[in-house]
Amino acid sequence: MLGLNAKDAGLFLLVTIMVILAPLILNPFPEGSELAQFNAGYPDLMQRFVIFGIFAIGFNILFGLTGYLSFGHAAFLGVGSYAAIWMMKLLTLNVIPAIIMAVIFAGLFALLVGFVSLRRSGIYFSILTLAFAQMSYALAYSVLTPLTGGETGLQIKSTDSPLLSNLANGEIGRANLFGLEMGSSFEWGVGNWLFTFNAGYYIAGIVMLMAFYMSIRIFRSPFGMMLRAVKSNQQRMNYTGLNSKPYTLAAFVISGMYAGLAGGLLVAMDTQVGPERMFWTASGEVVLMSILGGVGTLIGPVLGAGMIKYMENIISKINDNILHQWFAFLPDGMEDFVVFLIHPFIGKGWHLTLGLVFMAVVIFLPGGLVEGGQRIGRLFRRKKRDGAVGDAAKTPAE
Amino acid sequence: MSKKNLTRRGVLKTGAAGVGAAGLATPTLFTGAVWADGHTGFTNAPEGDTVTLGFNVPQSGPYADEGADELRAYELAVEHLNGGGDGGMIPTFSSKTLEGNGILGKKVEYVTGDTQTKSDAARASAKSMIEKDGAIMITGGSSSGVAVAVQALCQEAGVIFMAGLTHSNDTTGKDRKANGFRHFFNSYMSGAALAPVLANAYGKDRKAYHLTADYNWGYTTEEAVVQATEAMGWETVNAVKTPLTQTDFSSYVAPVLQTDADILVLNHYGGNMINSLTSAVQFGLRDKVANGKNFEIVVPLYSRLMARGAGANVKGIFGSTNWHWSLTDAGSKAFVQSFGTKYGFPPSQAAHTTYVQTLLYADAVNRAGSFNPCAVAEALEDFEFDGLGNGKTLYRGADHQCFKDVLVVKGKENPTSEFDLLEVVEVTPVDQVTYDPDHPQMGGAEATLGSCNVGA
Amino acid sequence: MEVIVLQVLNGLDKGSAYALIALGLTLIFGTLGVVNFAHGALFMIGAFCAVTLNRILSLSHEVIDPDKTDFLGNPLAVNVPYVYDWFGEAAGQGIINWSVPLALLFSIPIMIIVGIAMERGLIKHFYKRPHADQILVTFGLAIVLAEIIKYYYGANPIPTPAPPAFSGSFDFGALIGLENIIYPYWRIIYFSFAMIIIAAVFAFLQFTTFGMVVRAGMVDRETVGMLGINIDKRFTIMFAIAACVAGLAGVMYAPINSPDYNMGMHFLVLSFVVVVVGGMGSLPGAVLAGFLLGILESFASLGVVIDLLPGINQIIIYLVAIVVLLTRPRGLMGRKGVMEE
Repeated sequence: MLGLNAKDAGLFLLVTIMVILAPLILNPFPEGSELAQFNAGYPDLMQRFVIFGIFAIGFNILFGLTGYLSFGHAAFLGVGSYAAIWMMKLLTLNVIPAIIMAVIFAGLFALLVGFVSLRRSGIYFSILTLAFAQMSYALAYSVLTPLTGGETGLQIKSTDSPLLSNLANGEIGRANLFGLEMGSSFEWGVGNWLFTFNAGYYIAGIVMLMAFYMSIRIFRSPFGMMLRAVKSNQQRMNYTGLNSKPYTLAAFVISGMYAGLAGGLLVAMDTQVGPERMFWTASGEVVLMSILGGVGTLIGPVLGAGMIKYMENIISKINDNILHQWFAFLPDGMEDFVVFLIHPFIGKGWHLTLGLVFMAVVIFLPGGLVEGGQRIGRLFRRKKRDGAVGDAAKTPAE
Repeated sequence: MSKKNLTRRGVLKTGAAGVGAAGLATPTLFTGAVWADGHTGFTNAPEGDTVTLGFNVPQSGPYADEGADELRAYELAVEHLNGGGDGGMIPTFSSKTLEGNGILGKKVEYVTGDTQTKSDAARASAKSMIEKDGAIMITGGSSSGVAVAVQALCQEAGVIFMAGLTHSNDTTGKDRKANGFRHFFNSYMSGAALAPVLANAYGKDRKAYHLTADYNWGYTTEEAVVQATEAMGWETVNAVKTPLTQTDFSSYVAPVLQTDADILVLNHYGGNMINSLTSAVQFGLRDKVANGKNFEIVVPLYSRLMARGAGANVKGIFGSTNWHWSLTDAGSKAFVQSFGTKYGFPPSQAAHTTYVQTLLYADAVNRAGSFNPCAVAEALEDFEFDGLGNGKTLYRGADHQCFKDVLVVKGKENPTSEFDLLEVVEVTPVDQVTYDPDHPQMGGAEATLGSCNVGA
Repeated sequence: MEVIVLQVLNGLDKGSAYALIALGLTLIFGTLGVVNFAHGALFMIGAFCAVTLNRILSLSHEVIDPDKTDFLGNPLAVNVPYVYDWFGEAAGQGIINWSVPLALLFSIPIMIIVGIAMERGLIKHFYKRPHADQILVTFGLAIVLAEIIKYYYGANPIPTPAPPAFSGSFDFGALIGLENIIYPYWRIIYFSFAMIIIAAVFAFLQFTTFGMVVRAGMVDRETVGMLGINIDKRFTIMFAIAACVAGLAGVMYAPINSPDYNMGMHFLVLSFVVVVVGGMGSLPGAVLAGFLLGILESFASLGVVIDLLPGINQIIIYLVAIVVLLTRPRGLMGRKGVMEE
């Protein structure tokens, strides 16, 4: 199917179904119930899941295949975002030109950074990319304020009148796709459940599926093989007379364009850019997403992205008040004690939870969440086969 | 599919969202009385007997302690609105619509989120409050970048934004929005209030050297202080920008000694302020005599929480602040009493402004008789009130900025406790800090509120 | 001229902090082969040792002073430190004032315990794992350590002053015949302290048998292991030493900038740039790069330089890193083949 082998096609189909049904899957708890706190099926978070999924997929093409660890990938996301919002401010509120410009600008910037940084390898390469990204962040925050809006960032204002859009005087433009606004949703109430099907989410989801498909094709192509060869032994590859530089540079630019695509989509969904999108912690975040999910696997980075964004947006919103509601069934002293125990890990302590989860995953699941899934899968299969050793054990996680 | 709702509950619960929206497209035609009927047709219109407010404060990052103090004040305000505790400033508030029965008879509930002091994270958190939790109003924040970003979001989504601690001129200057309101004072007011006091204390023939944090708030503060002090006769020798991420300011402070400046102005906030002030004192600037005068340091925006981090270095240094717990008017005393009894220490200015903003919002809804953002905005615009700790205050309709007296404070020489760090040296009357809505520092004539948005 | 001397002094001072952290990082990387992202957190813990000792010494009991009132109008409860009761007010305050130097002694056992616990409990299991895993797990640890500190001490910086005897500044210019060069005592002390620590580490590696083995291990770990030397034990000791270096640097840094929970993260990225510019695994390189970047950063923050090149003070360190890495492939003094794959 679509030029994919059976296994990949199955995976792609699974991801497609997940993307389509996400508004249902992510909202398992009825509105108003105490567990509704854990629902993630609202437009903003679902959009973030797929957009950061794209970012992580792109990062994985570079890091997972070639082993080059870029510590400055957020810069491309930022450049893409700025390009997109300027398109929207100046040309049209339609998201397509904005996204295309985001990809182009991020690609060009990646070409420049990659050309310079790829002259070195290993940690020297990482520090070079980090340096470029930190410079972009620092300049965007300060002296480039006229271009980037500085700390405040850029938003679409009532005074902006894009060339191709006819807005009423004083109306604030909204991002749209040929008139379909990103914020518009269809809501479906079933009993106590409420499901939101958001236009922006599905557009981002379709883009994510295309990006995912592209990445499968890249992984399976001769080009992908070449990139893996770079990872396993670049020296030997060079000895055979192959110049690996064009391949790694191509991978770097492609992965930069993925980041730009994510940046453009972020702007399309929420028309605002701030410079801290390019800070080193943002670059670090995508590294963590990939490793958490499973480096070099197709689906891993998407899972990692989802997990980090979920913790950032859901765990950080739980406060003591909510805890007391949850444990109200316990006797008073018990309740206070349980809340006291959990308190450091929720709300403002979500960073602590995040740090502990990282450590746990790295220590116990070196292959990331994908390995965790395989282990569980193997466990079940072993039971079924009555002790037969699963053959998946030796194949690398894909 | 062209419903522009960022919301969910409003639509689910009312069912008739589309009908109301058309009628509300030209809100300026309606008078307050008409709003009373409008309980639908706007984002997250509250149904049932509760209403949800969104408290979006920094819980991680450098301003986490201020965020925590804001959150305490919010919880206290919710308690008081629902009739709990001693009522805090509700009895002293000049408007008497708050009766301890929630807002418009609906019990107040709240959700909290973490802005991380990043505009992206702050917007994500605010969006989840609007989309998932059905918040009708968003409030909070401890920096201007976040305030401007979240204010723009609330404008798009059609909910009211009551700014927390944000001091940049831009929030109600060039980036002002019809759905956004600020009680806190701003850079211009700091400059206007400080300049005469400084001229009095240090003389009119002074040469000032500015160190300025290299981002929007730093720029507006430097501009405001430079203009105000130059009008008093001071000369500005130099203004050097310092990176936000700087921690050791020695290489910025040391060169000051080589110039003929006799005043150092630190346009820094938070950790930057603590570190630059500490460096300046370490380098002996305060013991120095330049041009035959004692060298002096000025910190335009003071925060007690931050002053604590600088320890003894703040002694005798002038700055301005929005509010201080040592004020003795009835409102301030009631608030300090209420907050101090509950938490065991006096509230910060961040806590004060957020508490006041919550009360002002609740009162405006009661007076408008509706949660409709346009109705609430109308009720807040040009609203005059008293009894909330700052004396007589005006919520100006032209830019949604509060105009009130500004406190000029000085680091206390002999603090009696760890909270007693600042003393109020002058209360600058409101007339002296008032400016025109189209003042050049506020974005000039181009700055506009736009029209209010009800979303849905 | 005065400005140049001043900025060189400032640069040496900044450079001391960079160099000390980079030195510890390099020790760990060079001997253990582990990229320790939690090293900044060790520096932070050191600084908080000073804060903690200050708090311990100031432990107080409340005495009600009926003449004064607190903010609620109740009689003021004045905190009287126990040391006042034991040694009298003047001597007691003297002890509290000297808490930072005292914390040097206090921090050594703590840092050794923290270092050993970290190495035995966590790092040990990561010697054979890829560098990426090491980075991730130590980064996670850094977050956890920072959050724990934040939970107990809050997010705001905590003032930790130097003893009054050293808190002033003196006319450094008079020593060298220039005018108007005022420099704080504590910063001079900090620089001297850094030099002593650096010298001690080098001497230890150069002149002791232990150091010799460690240096051999840095060059070729496998061979040293095959010679039957108990590398494991030495690794643990090296880690504890590196943790001590970071911790002591943190203690001494506390009076310069009030410590906060995030200071480790802030220094982490900078010190990595320093290490790489110096060349991975090279101790002299790390020290050299630390001072070099410190001095260049100081000069970039001069008003005239910023007027000439706006924003240069924001990016100087990264700009230098790029230039150095493009002209010298393995940093200033790096060896071939280290962390290049």
